[in-house]
Amino acid sequence: MNFFQKETETMPVSEIKKLQSEKLVRQVRHVYEHVEPYRRKMDELGVKPEDIRGIEDLPKLPFVTKNDLRDEYPKGFLAVPVKDCVRIHSTSGTTGRRVVAFYTQHDIDLWEECCARAIVAAGGSNEDVVQVAYGYGLFTGGSGLHGGSHKVGCLTLPMSSGNTDRQIQFMMDLGATFLCCTPSYAAYLGESLKERGISPDQNPLKAGIFGAEPWTEEMRRSIEESLGIKAYDIYGLTETSGPGVSFECCEQQGMHINEDHFIAEIIDPETGEVLPEGSRGELVFTSLDKEAFPLLRYRTRDICILSRKKCSCGRTFIRMTKPMGRSDDMLIIRGVNVFPSQIETVLLKEGYSPNYQIVVDRVNNNDTFDILVEMDEAMFGDTVSAITGREKSLMAAMRTMLGIGPAVHLVAPHSIQRSEGKAVRVIDKRKLVTDSQWLGK
Amino acid sequence: MALNQLSVFVDNTPGALADIAEVLANADINLRALSIADTERFGILRMIVSDNKMATAVLKGKGYIVKETEVVGVKIGDQPGKMAEALKVLDLAKINLEYLYAFCARTARHAYLVIRVADNQKAEEVLTAAGFHMIEDSDVAKL
Repeated sequence: MNFFQKETETMPVSEIKKLQSEKLVRQVRHVYEHVEPYRRKMDELGVKPEDIRGIEDLPKLPFVTKNDLRDEYPKGFLAVPVKDCVRIHSTSGTTGRRVVAFYTQHDIDLWEECCARAIVAAGGSNEDVVQVAYGYGLFTGGSGLHGGSHKVGCLTLPMSSGNTDRQIQFMMDLGATFLCCTPSYAAYLGESLKERGISPDQNPLKAGIFGAEPWTEEMRRSIEESLGIKAYDIYGLTETSGPGVSFECCEQQGMHINEDHFIAEIIDPETGEVLPEGSRGELVFTSLDKEAFPLLRYRTRDICILSRKKCSCGRTFIRMTKPMGRSDDMLIIRGVNVFPSQIETVLLKEGYSPNYQIVVDRVNNNDTFDILVEMDEAMFGDTVSAITGREKSLMAAMRTMLGIGPAVHLVAPHSIQRSEGKAVRVIDKRKLVTDSQWLGK
Repeated sequence: MALNQLSVFVDNTPGALADIAEVLANADINLRALSIADTERFGILRMIVSDNKMATAVLKGKGYIVKETEVVGVKIGDQPGKMAEALKVLDLAKINLEYLYAFCARTARHAYLVIRVADNQKAEEVLTAAGFHMIEDSDVAKL
């Protein structure tokens, strides 16, 4: 069994809770004193920092949503002076949906430690060569695993995403043993290696840490086969730091949440009520150690299940399933967040009526993304090129708005499936995770 | 003073065309000519019919998108080489065809080309100058 910080990662549950309680009391005071929107929210509820004496008082605190963060863009939730911050990262959101997260050096150190735990849990050590093929930049994927790899003492290849020829050349020439990227890029690299006649046992990789987008057990098996590796999942979001909020161990049965830094709750997305362990609901995080951008009870909108069931890896941290869906209408397509409202905006701007349907599927481990749009008379012409030309220009407008290019198809009026008179907006055919796949249940 | 064609947007699904044919049949619309431009996902049905107004009304009533487009209708002899002759005229005038289809009259002495180009007027001018006769909506009813 491999641990980066064994004592912490195997701490008895009672001690974890004690530690969380101490940190929570301190964090609530910090937040109340330094973050005006929090103070306002708590005052509205009549909650004072002294009312929070431990994790049992957590439900007294208000939730924070992505909308709250957007409303306070860019620095409303910043809890320390800018001079104490050393970096920002930002969500991928377009159309003003961006959220900027700030980090002190201490925040970066703890985040990188979380990523280091993930690398070691996947069997990594300072003898490994880690190829980081997540994007670098505002996106947290590259920096997070890069920093984690440094902390473990691995040789780090800061490849960033894309340029497959170069990825393969460095992988082979420098003997990369770990690959960190999105699962869809891992699948693509697997195919690319095969095309070049490099068999799974000829590449030097032994494991991969893949995240930032939903993926299935089938996809895991296919990546493991095509690259000849063990594939591990990692979870995180920019708002709470980035990847490494939770990670898979050698058991590959759910992701251990780094509970010394985060408290996880599962709530009913409708009522906000906290649900008991084992219930399916919306995941909510409280960051206990973040200095610059500490969030209390942040609603992730990800639906999952938590389990305290003992894990044979020896870690005592609670485990979460892969996200099984969303409590809002956001779709994650090829790693990019897509809201149906953005598609509606483009259609209206381009003079179309908002009768559309989004169809997402996964073919050969890649997301397909189609948008059907009902034609109207003004859009119709008697030549094929007039119609395909419209489809193309709509596609370009969608790409500009979403940062990802869907295939747009104009269809006959009233041909989009309606249920009780309301058009069915989203058909997601990707079968990602089912309850039964969770922890052998 | 022109020939008007109806185009209908059709999803590429089984029965789509049959449904349109039935709608027209029920309204007693006679089809003179039709052509279909098909792609993987949709088709454009183009028709010359006996009564554009009625056909448009009944199709729209059923939720179809219908568009009337002016096209060039050319009367040619129903003999080998006649279409080539007409097209040669357009070619010499450097007029590019968007699409074309043809039909025969029941009298069997003449055939008709339905031609879609960017500039109808120019096409009609050069064809008329070469001795061809154009047809218009009122002629269709008499065919």
